[in-house]
Amino acid sequence: MNPSVDALRATFGNAIGRAAEASGDTIVYVARASLSAVMAWLRDTPGQAYDYLVDVTAVEYRDRERPLEVVYFLRSLARRVDLRIKIELDPRGELTLDSVVPLWRGADWLEREVYDMFGISFRGHPDLRRILMWETYAEGHPLRKDFPLRGRFSRAEQVRQALAAHPEAHYSMEELSIADAYDELPADMKERLRRGERGTLPHSE
Amino acid sequence: MSKRTVELELATPGLDPHGAPVRVPLGVGGPAGAAPEAAEPELAGEHMLVNIGPQHPATHGVLRLVVELDGETVVRVIPHVGYLHSGFEKLGEYRHYNQIIPLTDRTDYLSPMANNVGFALAVEQLMGLEITPRCTVLRVIACEMSRIISHMVWLGTTSIDLGAFTPFLWAFQERERIYNLQEMWTGARLTTSVTRVGGMMADVTDAFVTGLRHFVATFPKTLAELDRVLTRNAVWVGRTQGVGALTAAQAINHSLSGPMLRASGVAYDVRKDKPYLGYETYDFDVVVGEHGDVYDRYLVRLEECHQANRILAQALDRLPDGPLNVADPRVILPPKSRAMSDMEAMIYHFKQVMEGVKAPVGEAYVGIENPKGELGTYLVSDGTAKPVRWRIRPPSFINLSALPQMATGHLLSDLIAINASVDIVMGEVDR
Repeated sequence: MNPSVDALRATFGNAIGRAAEASGDTIVYVARASLSAVMAWLRDTPGQAYDYLVDVTAVEYRDRERPLEVVYFLRSLARRVDLRIKIELDPRGELTLDSVVPLWRGADWLEREVYDMFGISFRGHPDLRRILMWETYAEGHPLRKDFPLRGRFSRAEQVRQALAAHPEAHYSMEELSIADAYDELPADMKERLRRGERGTLPHSE
Repeated sequence: MSKRTVELELATPGLDPHGAPVRVPLGVGGPAGAAPEAAEPELAGEHMLVNIGPQHPATHGVLRLVVELDGETVVRVIPHVGYLHSGFEKLGEYRHYNQIIPLTDRTDYLSPMANNVGFALAVEQLMGLEITPRCTVLRVIACEMSRIISHMVWLGTTSIDLGAFTPFLWAFQERERIYNLQEMWTGARLTTSVTRVGGMMADVTDAFVTGLRHFVATFPKTLAELDRVLTRNAVWVGRTQGVGALTAAQAINHSLSGPMLRASGVAYDVRKDKPYLGYETYDFDVVVGEHGDVYDRYLVRLEECHQANRILAQALDRLPDGPLNVADPRVILPPKSRAMSDMEAMIYHFKQVMEGVKAPVGEAYVGIENPKGELGTYLVSDGTAKPVRWRIRPPSFINLSALPQMATGHLLSDLIAINASVDIVMGEVDR
C-alpha cells in the first residue's frame, strides 16, 4: 500500500474514505468536497510531489446501485510512484465536482471528455463544452449505461437532423463571437443558433 | 482606412549595360519621385478568423483548427476534434476481451501492433496471467517495429509540411520494409490484431527473423541519410528551432508524454521507469531534448529510431524457443485439429467462443510507451467476460491539448510546424 494513504488520513481525516489495492496500484476514495484541497496537497507537499496527472476518467458500473466514480491517475515523476484517486457520485444526485484544471492544464480536455461522455460537470473549468461529440448533440452522454449502443434517436431521425443542419452551426458561439462576426450575423441566424435547432446549445450566451 | 494596394511595375526581362540581368525592385507604386507609402499599412484591430480543416493535408487527419489571426500572427487557436469519433470505448463494453483487440488496431493506426500489446498486457494483469518468455520477446519486437513505422511516418509527413519532399520518400520506403515484415507475420499491414489474451495470434517464421535482421542491419544507413539531409539543413533548422517551445514544467503541467515530454528535458520513459515486457533487461538510452521546440522533438524521434533498432537487434539475439501461448485451456483456444477430434478441447473451444474469457472482479491500468507517448489501458471488470469500462489513455489527444499554448504568438506557418511536431493520429485522438 502506498504510504501516501496514511499521510492523507493524517492530514484530511474523515475526508479520506477507504483505500484498496488493485493489480499493484493503490486506490484512495476521497470525499467530493475535499477534492481540490487533497489534490493541491498531493501536488505541492514535499515528499508527496504528485506533479503529473496521467489521466482523468469516469466509471459507471452495470449495477445501477453502485455510484458513478470519477478516477484521477496521479504520478510523481521524481519518485516514480503512482496513486489513483476516486470520487464517488450518486447518479441520481447532482453530478458536479471541482475542476483540477487550475492545478494541471492537462486536465482541460480530459474533463471535457468526461463531461461529454458521462454528463459530469466540473466547477471552475475554463471552457466546459463537448469535445468528441458536436456542440448541439442532443442524444445525451454516450458512455452512460442507460445510453443504447446505437444512440437514442432512430437512424431516420439522425439522418433527418444531419440533413437539416445549418452550415453556420458548425461554428460554435465562441468562434462566431471572437471575430466580431456574431454581431454581423442576420437576426434569424442568431435566433437559430440561440435556439439550437439541432438540439440545445449547452453553453449559449 | 484605404485598401492596401501594392502595384508592381511590369518589366520585361533584360540585361543592363554590364550584361547582368535587370531586376525590378519590389516596391509600392506611385508617381516617380513621390515619397514612398508605408509598404505595410497598419491593420491593427482587424483580426481574421481562419478555418483550417477538417479536410486539410497539413492537419494530419480530420483535425479542425479555428485560428484567430492578427496579420500573420496567431492570436488564438481553437482545435476541434471528434470528426473520427467511433465510440470504441462504448463498443468495448459489448465485446469479449479478445474481440476488443481488433478495435485497438484502429485507434492509433500507425502503430497497431503496439496497441494490441498494450491491451493484452492490461487484460493479463487483470487476470493475473504470466506470459511465456518467447511471447514476451515477440511483443517487444512488435512494439519496436511499431515505433519505427510511426516515427518514419511522422518524419515523412512533417518534412512535407515544411517543404522537404525527399525525406518523405526515404522514410516511407523504410516503413514499407517494416510493413512487409508485419504482413509476413500477421497477414495484415494495418489491422494486425497480433496479440491474444495470454499469447499471440501467430508465431514468426525463420524468414521473418532473417528479414528483420536484414532490416536492422540496413536501417541505420537511411537514418544517417535523413540526419545528413535535415539536421543541419538551414531551412529545416530555421523553420523548427525556437518554434513551439515548452519548458519542462509546462510539459509536465500539460500531462504531455512520450517524445513531446522528453524533448522538453524530462527523462521519463515508461520502458525504464515502469518496465513491462522485461524492458529493464535491454540496453538502450532514454533520449532527452533540451529546448522543447520542434527541432528537439525531431532530434528525439530520430534518435529513438536508433534506440528502437538497438532493442530489435537485442531481441532477435535472445528470442528463445519454447511455447508461444500460456498453457491454460480456459484462455487459449485449442488447435483446430484437436477441437474437432477431442471432446475436452471442443468444450473449451465452445466456451471461449460463446462465453469469452472471464476476468475476475477488479481493475487494472497498464501504461506502455507507445511511439506517441504513454498509451494507458484502464480496464474495470465485474467478473464477466466483457469489461465494465475500457478506457484508453490516448497520448496524442493529451499532447494535442497543449497546441493552443504552443502556437499562440507564432506565425500561421509555424502553427503548421507545431501541429506536425505533436505527432497526432486522429483515430486515437477521437477514438
